Amino acid sequence: MSIRVRVNGVEQELDVDPEMPLLWALRDVLGLTGTKYGCGQALCGACSVHLDGQVVRACVTPIRRADGREVTTIEGLSPDGGHPLQRAWVELGVPQCGFCQSGQLMCAAALLAKKPQPTDADIDQSLAGNLCRCGTYTRIRAAVKKAAGVPDSK
Amino acid sequence: MSQQPVVFTRRSFLEGLNLSVGGLALGLVPTVSAEAAVPGVKSAPELRPNVFVHVAADGLVTIVCHRSEMGQGIRSSMPVVIADELGADMARVKVVQAVGDAVYGDQNTDGSSSIRGVFQELRRTGATARTMLVAAAAKRWKVKPAQCEAREHAVYLRDGQRSLGFGELVADAVKLPVPKAEAVQLRPLTELRRVGTELPLLDGPAYVTGKAVFGADVKLPGMLIAVVARPPVVGGRVVRFDATRALAVPGVKQVLELPAPHRPYLFQGWGGVAVLAENTWAAMRGRQALDIIWENGPNESYDSEKYRLALLESVRAPGKPARSVGDVDKALASAARVVEAEYYAPHLSHAPMEPPVALARVAGGVCEVWAPTQHPQAARTEAAKMAGLAEDKVTVNVTLLGGGFGRKSKADFVAEAVFLAKTAGVPVRVQWTREDDIRHDYYHSASAQKLSAGLDAQGKPTAWLHRTAFPAIRSTFSEDVTGPVARDLNQGVLDLALDIPNVRAEMGEALAKVRIGWLRSVNNIFHGYAVGSFMDELAHARGVDPRDNLLEVIGPARKVSVAELGVTTLPNYGAPVEAHPVDAGRLRRVIERVTEMSGWSERAKNGRTLGLAAHRSFLSYVGVVVSMTKDAVGKARVDEAWVVVDAGLVVNPDRVRAQMEGSIIFGMSLAMYGSITMKEGATEQSNFRDYRLVRIAEAPKAIHVDIVRSEEAPGGVGEPGVPPVAPAIVNALFALTGVRVRELPIIRTVPV
Ligand code: FES
Ligand code: FES
Repeated sequence: MSIRVRVNGVEQELDVDPEMPLLWALRDVLGLTGTKYGCGQALCGACSVHLDGQVVRACVTPIRRADGREVTTIEGLSPDGGHPLQRAWVELGVPQCGFCQSGQLMCAAALLAKKPQPTDADIDQSLAGNLCRCGTYTRIRAAVKKAAGVPDSK
Repeated sequence: MSQQPVVFTRRSFLEGLNLSVGGLALGLVPTVSAEAAVPGVKSAPELRPNVFVHVAADGLVTIVCHRSEMGQGIRSSMPVVIADELGADMARVKVVQAVGDAVYGDQNTDGSSSIRGVFQELRRTGATARTMLVAAAAKRWKVKPAQCEAREHAVYLRDGQRSLGFGELVADAVKLPVPKAEAVQLRPLTELRRVGTELPLLDGPAYVTGKAVFGADVKLPGMLIAVVARPPVVGGRVVRFDATRALAVPGVKQVLELPAPHRPYLFQGWGGVAVLAENTWAAMRGRQALDIIWENGPNESYDSEKYRLALLESVRAPGKPARSVGDVDKALASAARVVEAEYYAPHLSHAPMEPPVALARVAGGVCEVWAPTQHPQAARTEAAKMAGLAEDKVTVNVTLLGGGFGRKSKADFVAEAVFLAKTAGVPVRVQWTREDDIRHDYYHSASAQKLSAGLDAQGKPTAWLHRTAFPAIRSTFSEDVTGPVARDLNQGVLDLALDIPNVRAEMGEALAKVRIGWLRSVNNIFHGYAVGSFMDELAHARGVDPRDNLLEVIGPARKVSVAELGVTTLPNYGAPVEAHPVDAGRLRRVIERVTEMSGWSERAKNGRTLGLAAHRSFLSYVGVVVSMTKDAVGKARVDEAWVVVDAGLVVNPDRVRAQMEGSIIFGMSLAMYGSITMKEGATEQSNFRDYRLVRIAEAPKAIHVDIVRSEEAPGGVGEPGVPPVAPAIVNALFALTGVRVRELPIIRTVPV
């Protein structure tokens, strides 16, 4: 079965097992390796991407669910790394090993799209599914607020 | 500083991978000759006084980072040291990642050693290049080298009248002999312009755009992806298997059995059956479809709960002495009061966000590996063994690591990839799933400890007895290990400053039943937990403020001699005691500062419950205070944390702060939730569902970090933040709830 999906604005036609998780279609078939595998069970958020603007965990989303829809990955978040979140992430030195950060950014971007002035509680809720073993959480909160122009009291 | 970090980021990294990306292939062959042409790029000479620094005729300086980047920011820190010694402008510096090769010296990125271990040597590599460029300029101007200085990528005549860019000097400099190490003068520390300042994160832009290259991101033509079914119990083996159903899965190409390991396990793989497929999903599905009969072997008897009891038994009886001053038995017998407590901490798994992964190609008499390895030389040795090739026929390319924490110092996953690539005859990437990672780790030791203190009639401590038992890491490397030896107690037992006249430390027997490995801060985790908790228990028993008690028990500021510690030698993380003494003054200072910062004295007035602990490890000193509160449903949470670190001279303060922040979270995970248990030899946990880590909502609202300004020799940074975290939490929890947690993780006793 062939699946048609727009990935980062580019129309793609994929001839793969429709049950293949979107994660592996992106990484292994399309070569978009910015989306990461961390658990395969929707427990860590490393694979977070947008499906029609909503966050999904690509590791548990069969590619057939993306048929006829629009997927955005970290590679498509901005043309040049200039999304306010990406800029804030670099300026505040958020990443440590960096492995979880594309997932964190995709979830944060979906949050800002819905709620341009988030509170700490909003951030904690939206990023609850994203683990960071390196422990960058306090900088993530600060960077989301910086990107949103919300003053950080700490 | 206005420099753009983006200038020296991703392109350089890909080059470092030695991959042909977009026609760019800079083979950075580590040869030591002053002059070498870059093959196929240009014929202009290049100054190569050593394997770390190269200066091209166009002025571009290439600096090799020989340690692995795993989140500590070494690629943003180490090159700066070399560039500062040289006098280079970072905007014209390219950072290249070294392959695994002994010419770089020790590349094992563990023991928090990348800066502390080689700071002076690194400086010398840059200084050597500078000396040659300066000599070339002096010759040109017919002046003495002392009249010249190197800065901003050029050599200046001190009168300020003339200057020559580094590039312009290369042709002359390559004709000069490389000066001997003794002839090379290091700059005074004040001339290292960027060291200790706010430095940009070299790989930041690559991380946030998804372009950073981790272990699973390298692709080779014709490559297959392998997912391995490993024996549930270490030392188990395949009795027989049927691959029919697995081979029927579309995309599955081959099914291969891996060699079973022999004790000691070293860096061998676990054995098992590999499914090789066109993509990861097919390999995973193929593995599910394998029919395998296992034989579990002798470790099947391992039950971590029974083992816990055995370890506790072990510390209830006298053990082998490792440290002794005075007469502890007599002092305890004559004490007015004895305070005692037993502590247990379980096995832990590293769980880096990137599970182990490695890619190998074995063809044409050579083997090439791409892997997120902390220890490229060990990986090279294992790869050579597996491929049946000499080491010089093996290249290990180091990708970025999605976290390491000690797991990726082991080369087992590289050995698997090489075996499969060789056997299958195509390049193979071995991908570990999270379940594989949690179930087949080199686990952090489970441990039991018993601490006893004797108090005199005035409540003053007169005796201290510390017993510890845990399976030692050496058991993974040697067959005859029955428990820890004195060396293993270096971490937080032998090097503990105590102002008590009678002190003894003892170690009990503990046979290893699983592969034991080192995890971020290693034995300091449980020793720091027990000592830090016991200090607090002692304070409460004595009715003394925990801070005052801690300072009193550590005693006055002094360099504690080996004789006072009661040992004949101190392993001291491989560093001489003269350069890195056990400095009670530095430990006191981090305690004083962290309690000041956190408002310790006013905590009652402010209605806060705080916990304090401090620990020396990897030659650095860290004090931690945490504040705990109860949330609406009665769960205790860490509300805020303060860290003071004295790591001696600091190269990159922002990365030091980041490591301390990360240590708080890492320490919280292990203190509150972390536990790996085994039944019938098999690990019971499998993924983040049952191996719980701290999530963002559980993170403190703020982590305040203060770095002690110091010109002492650099200490470690990646690990020393971890040990004081668990005891600080346990102590704060006692203040909050009155419950003393003597067994980790806390969640077993108190809702968190
Ligand atoms: S890999 Fe998808 S949530 Fe972890
Ligand atoms: S930065 Fe390493 S896991 Fe988040």
